[in-house]
Amino acid sequence: MTVILSTRALAKSFTLHLRGGLVMPVLAAIDLDVRAGECVVLSGPSGAGKSTLLRSLYGNYRAESGSILIRHCGAMVDLAVADPRTILAVRHETLGYVSQFLRVVPRVSALDVVAEVLLTRGIDLDSARDRARSLLLRLNIPARLHAIPPATFSGGEQQRVNLARGFIAGHPILLLDEPTASLDADNRGIVIRMVEEAKARGTAIVAICHDADVRDAIADRIFTMAPYQDAA
Amino acid sequence: MTDPTLLSGRGLGSTFGGVTALADVDVDLWPGEMLAVVGESGSGKTTLLNVLSGRLMPDTGVVWYRDPSGTLHDVHAMPAPVLRTLHRSDWGFVHQDPRQNLRMNVSAGGNVGERLMAQGERHYGNIRSVALDWLAQVEIDADRIDDLPRVFSGGMLQRLQIARTLVTHPRLVFMDEPTGGLDVSVQARLLDLIRSLVARLQIAVVLVTHDIAVARLLAHRIAVMQRGRIVETGLTDQVLDDPRHPYTQLLVSSVLNA
Repeated sequence: MTVILSTRALAKSFTLHLRGGLVMPVLAAIDLDVRAGECVVLSGPSGAGKSTLLRSLYGNYRAESGSILIRHCGAMVDLAVADPRTILAVRHETLGYVSQFLRVVPRVSALDVVAEVLLTRGIDLDSARDRARSLLLRLNIPARLHAIPPATFSGGEQQRVNLARGFIAGHPILLLDEPTASLDADNRGIVIRMVEEAKARGTAIVAICHDADVRDAIADRIFTMAPYQDAA
Repeated sequence: MTDPTLLSGRGLGSTFGGVTALADVDVDLWPGEMLAVVGESGSGKTTLLNVLSGRLMPDTGVVWYRDPSGTLHDVHAMPAPVLRTLHRSDWGFVHQDPRQNLRMNVSAGGNVGERLMAQGERHYGNIRSVALDWLAQVEIDADRIDDLPRVFSGGMLQRLQIARTLVTHPRLVFMDEPTGGLDVSVQARLLDLIRSLVARLQIAVVLVTHDIAVARLLAHRIAVMQRGRIVETGLTDQVLDDPRHPYTQLLVSSVLNA
């Protein structure tokens, strides 16, 4: 299958100006290829840079050097040097991200949080809400909660709203940060099946996943990362 | 490909009595795009807004505006009446204090309808029905249409100002701390309104705020100002989650997480 996400010599460090300009290198020489329909799980101890890599792949953290090539609308775009508007376009069409925690918007119902992505793609409100409703129900968010803003939901419910929001648009690339961290076994099983279906559609997935059962179920390949070692 | 840039400032500089309010500022805005300008008081945010909107002549630099026909205009070279017309039609300005924009002795409906009349609408029934529609969009009850703004709460006044500004379907709106001075609950409602209206009507916005959470919620891009200069600019979540400039790092780390 075609490679649709590819990094070469990707490096990232943070300069903490409030700590006297302390430089903290986190990623160095990351070469990662992900093909359509493949799920790569990032593995390594805490502090190995898994989240930093995932955020860099989304363009949330700015790569310091190296490239992040993403297949977007038939061409390869280098996210490491793309301007903000290109990054927004890539996120809109191509690159989905499910963060660990839902960022709640005041007053927006769970249903509309999920349907929003479809609306921005010009799908009419009724069909967008229908699709959002069935995805929420599939993730065991009962209908009585759909009209309520998720601010008051439990951690597990918020995570499932977040998953619905991430999966609904069918982005060709999905980045998942601990997608099952606060879920019970039943809901973990549902997420595993959703990932399998996405893969079958040709979605490329990069995930961080500490749950060994989930990891074994979804991973085609493990990408092992080690904490950055100083040369000295 | 034609250049879609709607508003463009180049090399903007401004001083007040020897104090630098703006220096070397470049800004570009695309149609439908929201740019947040953040920074502490005195960083030059409001000066920048006033210069971009033609309300204040800069000492150096130029501001270009592209009209719907694609023609570029030097905002500060426009004759005053032309600029005024622009402010009443294609552009809008939302002030922190709605009293600066509203007419306090004219009814709520009149405040909204007045902008339409300025555009040549004369049919009373049409004006009233559009005003009613806009009051509903900013969640003001229809039975308040004949009330004077001075009996409105701060949050209602701000929503009325937004209705008055958006009724002419401007392509570009300047907002100066639109949620400043409001209670948090009132603020949330207003933010949600601005967010949905701006997205639905595809309005380009330059938003000045000192509130980083507001910028994160609303803006596509962000510019961080310090002592009259833009010290960092980029995608909103990039700049806030991976700040590079010492001042941005200070700004981001100073916010309390609720």
